[in-house]
This record gives sequence, C-alpha cells and structure tokens, in this order.
Amino acid sequence: MTAEGVRSTGRVPGRLGGVARVVENHWEWYRRNWRATAVSTIVQPLLFLLAFGVGFGALVRGSGQAAAATGGADYLAWLAPGLLAMSAVQTGAFDSTYPVLSGFKWQRTYSAMTAGPITPGQVALGHLGWLAVKMAGAGLVFVAVIALLGGATGAGILVSVPIAVLTGVAVAAPITAYSATLETEGASFPAIFRFVVIPMTLFSGTFFPVDRLPELVRPLVWVSPLWHGTELARPVALGGPWPAWPAVVGHVVFLAALLAAGTALAVRTFTRRLAR
Amino acid sequence: MADGLVQARGLTKRFGRVEAVRGIDLDVGRGEVFGFLGPNGAGKSSAMRMIACVSPRTAGDLQVLGLDPDRDGPAVRARIGVVPQLDNLDLELTVRQNLHLYGRYFGLPRAAVRAKAVELLEFARLTERADDEVEPLSGGMKRRLTIARALVNDPELLLLDEPTTGLDPQARHLVWERLYRLKREGVTQIVTTHYMDEAEQLCDRLVVMDGGVIVAEGTPRELIERYSTREVLELRFEPEHRPAGDALAEVLAGRVDRVEDLPDRLLVYTADGDAAQAAVAAAGHRPLAALVRRSSLEDVFLRLTGRTLVD
Ligand SMILES: Nc1ncnc2c1ncn2[C@@H]1O[C@H](COP(=O)(O)OP(=O)(O)OP(=O)(O)O)[C@@H](O)[C@H]1O
Ligand SMILES: [Mg+2]
Repeated sequence: MTAEGVRSTGRVPGRLGGVARVVENHWEWYRRNWRATAVSTIVQPLLFLLAFGVGFGALVRGSGQAAAATGGADYLAWLAPGLLAMSAVQTGAFDSTYPVLSGFKWQRTYSAMTAGPITPGQVALGHLGWLAVKMAGAGLVFVAVIALLGGATGAGILVSVPIAVLTGVAVAAPITAYSATLETEGASFPAIFRFVVIPMTLFSGTFFPVDRLPELVRPLVWVSPLWHGTELARPVALGGPWPAWPAVVGHVVFLAALLAAGTALAVRTFTRRLAR
Repeated sequence: MADGLVQARGLTKRFGRVEAVRGIDLDVGRGEVFGFLGPNGAGKSSAMRMIACVSPRTAGDLQVLGLDPDRDGPAVRARIGVVPQLDNLDLELTVRQNLHLYGRYFGLPRAAVRAKAVELLEFARLTERADDEVEPLSGGMKRRLTIARALVNDPELLLLDEPTTGLDPQARHLVWERLYRLKREGVTQIVTTHYMDEAEQLCDRLVVMDGGVIVAEGTPRELIERYSTREVLELRFEPEHRPAGDALAEVLAGRVDRVEDLPDRLLVYTADGDAAQAAVAAAGHRPLAALVRRSSLEDVFLRLTGRTLVD
C-alpha cells in the first residue's frame, strides 16, 4: 500500500489512434441512436430519387430536350450520382452544426474526450473522419437502391461514392470550424441552410445541367463544392462523357483545398474552444 | 520537490480582462488529499483546469507529475482522473458504454476496459443500472458515474471539482467513503468544495482562495487555531429585538474576539462561550436561541473572505 504503488494504466493513444478513438465513440453512439438520423441520411435522398428520378424522370423520358440536357443518358441514371453527392453534402452540413455545438455546449462530450490524452484537434479530425465513414455507408445503401431501381449503368457508380464523400467532408470541414466558434446557435444555423445549403443543392447541376442557368449567375456555380463534386461523380458513374482534364484537376483541387483549409481551421477553432 | 505531484509558482490565469487566478503557489505531495475552499468565482475551477492540463496558464510555472502541461499535456492527462464541476456524460449512451468509451480514450484495450467497467460499476453502486441510458438517472447517480469514469485509467492524481454538490447526505457519505478508500490506496487527490465538513473529512491540507489568490493555507486544525477562537456563540433574535453587531461587541468588550453580523444570526467569537452568553443576558438582550459550539472551517472561511461558504 505504498504511495509509489499507484501506477496509471493510461497511455497516449498516438496521433491517428486518438482520432480513431473519437471515430469509435461516434460509431458507438450511432449504433445505438441511428434511427433518429436515418431519415435524413438515407430516407430523404431516396425520396428525392423516387420523386425526381422516377416520377419526374417518367415525365421527361422520351422528350428530346431532356436527352439533350443529359447527354443522352436516362434521367434516373443521370440524376443518381448527383443525388449521391447532394446527400453527402446535406449530411455534412447538418451533422456539423447542431451536433457540434452540442458537443461543446449542451452535452459537453468534447470536454470529456479532451480531459484524457485526446487533443482538441483529434476531436475535430475524429468528427470529420466519422462523417466520412457515415457518408460512405449511406452512399453504399443509396447505390444499392439505385441499382434495384435500374438507375445504375455500370460499376462506375461505386467510384462516385468516394467522390461524394470527398465533397461532403469538404463542405462539413469549414462548417465544423465555424460551429466551434459559436456560443449559441442563434440565427446562424438556419442561415447556413437557407442561404448556403439549399441554394447549393438547387443550382449545382444535381437536377439539371448548369448550362441551362443564365450566363450571369454561372460564376456563382463555380464556388459551389457540390457542383465540383457532381461534375466528377457523374461521368464516373455514367462512364462519360469526360470533361477536359484541366477541368477534372480543377474540381479535385478545389475540393481538396476546401477540405484542407476547413480541416486546419476546425483544428484551430476546436483547440481555441476547448483549451481556455 | 522530488515527491511533489503538483508544483505551481506564480500560477496565473486571465480571461480577457478578468484575472481568475492571480499568482498562486502550490505544492501537493504524493498520496496527499489537498483541498481548495473558496466562494463562488474565487478561481478554484480555473486553477483545477490548469492543473488538469486542459486550460493553458497565462503566466507562472506549473509542473504536474513532474511534467510541463504546455509541453506534455496529453502524457499527463493520460495518467490523471478528472471530475469536472459540470457532468459531461454522454446522456444517450448507457452507463456501461460511458465507462467503456471513456476508457478507450486512454489507450486501454477493449478487454481491459470491459473488466474495469465491472469493477467501477460496483464501486459506484451502479451495477443494477449498468445497461440503462444515462439521461434518466438521478443527479447523484450521474455524479457517481462521473467519479467512477475518472478512475478508469487508475489515475495517479485525481482532480475533483465539487464532487458532492447537489447530492443528498447519504450519497455524499458514500462518495466520501469511496474517496477515502482511494486515499488509502495512495491516490493523490485535489478537491474543491463549498462544504466545510467535506473539507474537514477529506483534506489533509487545504488552501482558502478568494479573488484569485490564496488567503490561507494549512491543515483544517491549523487553520481553525490560527484564524478563529476556541468557541463560538451563535445568537438568533426576533428582528425587533436584535441588537446591531457593533453594539453587542461593545457590550462584550474584553470578553470576545469579534462579532459577525450575518443576515440570520450573530456569531460571537470567544474563548469562553458560556461566559459570553451570560454577559449577553446580563446586558438585557433576550435571544430567541443561543448555542455554544466549537469553531469550524466555516468560521475560518467567514473570517478570511467575509462570506459564508454556501451562498
Ligand atoms: N471560460 C471563461 N471565460 C471567461 N471568464 C471565465 C471563464 N472561466 C472562468 N471565468 C471567470 O473566472 C473567475 C473565476 O471562475 P472559477 O470558475 O474559476 O471560480 P470558482 O472558484 O470555481 O467558482 P464556483 O465556486 O462558482 O465554481 C470568474 O470571474 C469567472 O467568471
Ligand atoms: Mg468552480
């Protein structure tokens, strides 16, 4: 019973190990509580798919104009990769607002994580890492349903899943960083959805090609991560037609840069918030 | 200092223009239970969070487990246990899951965490509720779970910020008994509290903080001897018969140390409570109730901070 007898079993789990522990926590939480969010991550994109792909698709099928817009592809097949990217973006945006603020403020689970050897930066990375896992899982479910509905033209659509994940996490990262700076949600989160997420989902070429938009607003589309993601995910899923290679590089660089900058910012804002 | 688990010199914390901790010195030895007493806003939690290597210090020197929190924060945090002032349990997970996941943060293997959770559930008397969600548990159960969770890594240093605030007397005694057990096992503890009986029960040594500085330090006994008289006469009056504290002090001049005028009662500090009580009666005052008792930390606290412990 000497005082020196006390020896802690705790150790620092390492840089990636710490991130993995945070992802594990999110997974355990999800396993128990997934029903509450299944509607927004899986059912909602499927409803979109049914309404637009099947319903609206039947309306425009055989019309020369629709075929011209989709480059000859069936509307459902053309829409599917766009919806895949869109639902990843919506998951990324939603899960990086209220749940992040809750981690700081309402449930304070982030402060529990950083009471041990996990760093605030690892909490931020773990959050984004978990979102990537969740988007990939939801994406695969989505692809399976599309295939059942006859909207998959080939295995290429599987490759558009990681592209959708990249797009979703690229959107999630800066929003996560921003949420970490808020003391109360106030009007900020509704504003993000109203003025960023919804316009982005409507005008990023998900439902119709952006060249149908007036010349004047088209530059606005270029700053939409969802447009960049859709421009990559669609030819991959349909097996073409491929944009010029500088455009492909541009899309990838845009998304990667957004992800890198957003992640770096999130690590900073988490650190500032938790270490004070 | 070789055996010092926590050593601070001129430890300071500023939040913008608020100086929460204003240059405190601390030495906490291995196996010791050390207390922070102080009114609301004294800077207790701010000091604890710096020692917990969560909140970076603004100035001063700090060593915890012989390491510098600024450089080796994660390494220190891996070996300590923290019970924060506000519970931060995951309310939508079960009691057991909370222990499992928390243990995983400390790099523990799954099997080790599972075994440890069984032991900690027993420790916190929560075995019955192990697979219930945390949300509907009572405040006392949540607090016990937070304490149990802090032990998942067998910490060498345990930091408890108001461990029993909000608990009923029975739950508090259970917590005290558990903390005493840990002390016997050699776990060093730093406790903040608003309860002087808790401080007297648990702490080998304590400091009284006020306004970000340490105003007194010593064992409970030393502090009482240094800052209070042997006995205290407590007097309650009907409002219309209540003498002013100053007036009473004048009547009792020579016999008493000082008189504290509290909203609900007067406290007369004296070596001989019965003599003072007789003198009060001789002067024609008719108290509703009079009680002679020994001085406690509460009196030390009142003397040093001008405030009662719980306000
Ligand atoms: N994160 C923060 N930002 C700004 N000010 C803070 C912060 N944390 C504490 N303070 C301020 O620092 C001072 C000391 O607060 P602290 O929480 O350390 O006191 P305490 O002794 O723990 O009080 P209590 O008994 O009420 O828990 C207070 O004036 C408080 O408002
Ligand atoms: Mg406090």
